[in-house]
Amino acid sequence: MTVTLEPAVHGDRVSLLRVLGPAHVWALGVGIVLVGEFTGWNFAADKGGALAALIVCWVVGLLYTSVAMIDSEVTSTVAAAGGQYAQAKHIVGPLMAFNVALFLVFAYTMLEVSDAILLGDTIVAKAGVEGLTHNSFIAATIVVLAWLNYRGVLMTLNVNFVITAIAYISIVILFFSVSPWTQGAVLKLNELVTPGNALPYGWIGVIAAFQFGIWYYLGIEGTTQAAEEVRSPARSLPYGTMAGMITLLIAAAMTWYVCASMMPWEYLGITYYPLWDAGKLTGSPLLENLLFVATLLAALASANGCINDAARAWFSLGRDRYLPTWFSAVHPRYRTPYRSILFLLPIALAFAFIADLNQAITFSILSGVLQYTFMSINIMMFRKKWPLGSIRRGYTHPFHPIPAIVLFCLCVVTFFAIFLGFGSQLIAMVAFYFLISLWFHFYRYRFVRRGDQFTMPWPKPQGI
Amino acid sequence: MSRYTPPEQSKAGQVFDIAVVVVAIFVALWLPLKLGLAGAAKSIDALDAKTWEALGQNPTMASIWEKLGYTPETAHDIIQNRFHYVIDWPTLIIMAAVLIGYFVFLFRASDREYRDVINEKFDDK
Repeated sequence: MTVTLEPAVHGDRVSLLRVLGPAHVWALGVGIVLVGEFTGWNFAADKGGALAALIVCWVVGLLYTSVAMIDSEVTSTVAAAGGQYAQAKHIVGPLMAFNVALFLVFAYTMLEVSDAILLGDTIVAKAGVEGLTHNSFIAATIVVLAWLNYRGVLMTLNVNFVITAIAYISIVILFFSVSPWTQGAVLKLNELVTPGNALPYGWIGVIAAFQFGIWYYLGIEGTTQAAEEVRSPARSLPYGTMAGMITLLIAAAMTWYVCASMMPWEYLGITYYPLWDAGKLTGSPLLENLLFVATLLAALASANGCINDAARAWFSLGRDRYLPTWFSAVHPRYRTPYRSILFLLPIALAFAFIADLNQAITFSILSGVLQYTFMSINIMMFRKKWPLGSIRRGYTHPFHPIPAIVLFCLCVVTFFAIFLGFGSQLIAMVAFYFLISLWFHFYRYRFVRRGDQFTMPWPKPQGI
Repeated sequence: MSRYTPPEQSKAGQVFDIAVVVVAIFVALWLPLKLGLAGAAKSIDALDAKTWEALGQNPTMASIWEKLGYTPETAHDIIQNRFHYVIDWPTLIIMAAVLIGYFVFLFRASDREYRDVINEKFDDK
């Protein structure tokens, strides 16, 4: 691969390198998300049954298609590290930007924690050695991937592209190995998902399933974090994000079909390894081992992308003085936000040891849904402040405002779903964001330069 | 509009600010775990007769459970561990109020800050 090693200019400082193409954007987005097919989505079956998991697969797919469309338009126009943070800063205001950056850091750090726990548990389960714990595997995963991110974004995302592709291909191989066109031989959907057990909790179970339905696709919006490091943001970001979303919709549908046709919903809802279990149930050692390796690779790719994204969001906060500028340092040789990477490392390690998989996933989902709620309002404000034709957009999403309205409505449903299981956590997290917002608005913001925050070459927004 | 010049923050002040954020993060994420507030209401609806039939499993389901290494006795606690969805209206109203209040504050305070940014940015030109 040929790359042009030209620095991305941001003021006079050493800045991030523009070395990435659409394949890296795809690898970043799909790499973060694909682990959701290997674990997490199946907890939706626990909450509402196998059919509920399928319904939310498609409905939440609609939510994320809206996210991808909206994100592609705004990010192809606001191409800066921090992704949605930079969007909020230019469209809504500093306090919103500060909160969005925290949503991003929480969502990605907790997703990284979930990935590391999954990887550790998978190895322990495979080893089957009494007394072996996942702690050392978790620590090694987080530390090694942080080091990889420290060393450079190009290498990080090249690695992600390869391991994500292998994990994805393993799902396709499993799908075609079980003869999906025939029922009765390997797949037994009709006997496992029956009228009596398809929706064991009724429609309230379908709504509850939204909480983990998010896990099918959570993180695809992370593609925007690479905005300052892609060679052509206006082309690469929409292309990579939309291609990633299509890839994931196909993977989610294949995963549900195979798993729901091979396991009773009660087991599917509690296993940490639905695809690996499906591989085992085929009776083929080759498929079993392939899916074991793919589970590990998917977890690695996701954690890798999450470290990349969380560090860039944190870095952006430092660069704009929302947090101490110490975090905004770029490594003079590797051109990475190395201090942010190192700062978030112990936080991820700490939560990997005190939270379990289910709770870490929920922390991540909570921050994700808060962010999507912001995005639905943000696109409305973007179109109002800079109507079509007033500035150059890399991509203009169709059917506005329908995707924004759909996204907002689905976020409300998901908040209700979270309330059904984790209402106290939601209130605790929102209380945290509220208090930290007061701290920022009344104290921290005094250290921020006002006009310097607006870096886009746009005309004055309308109505201000 | 005159250009705002922020004060220089001391090193100790920067360290203190970082500490505030880290402590807030840990309290927000760790406290619900510590207080046992995390997790949904799930409980086991115990059955006296522990057979595949009593557990609502047809022969295909039973054969898969057995392939996965389970017997009716060991699968009982998994199959009968059910959610009991109850809408606690006071908690739901509190959650909705907290969420709406949070977003209203965010947008209003952000708007005030944003107007300063825009005025300084575009009045300079």
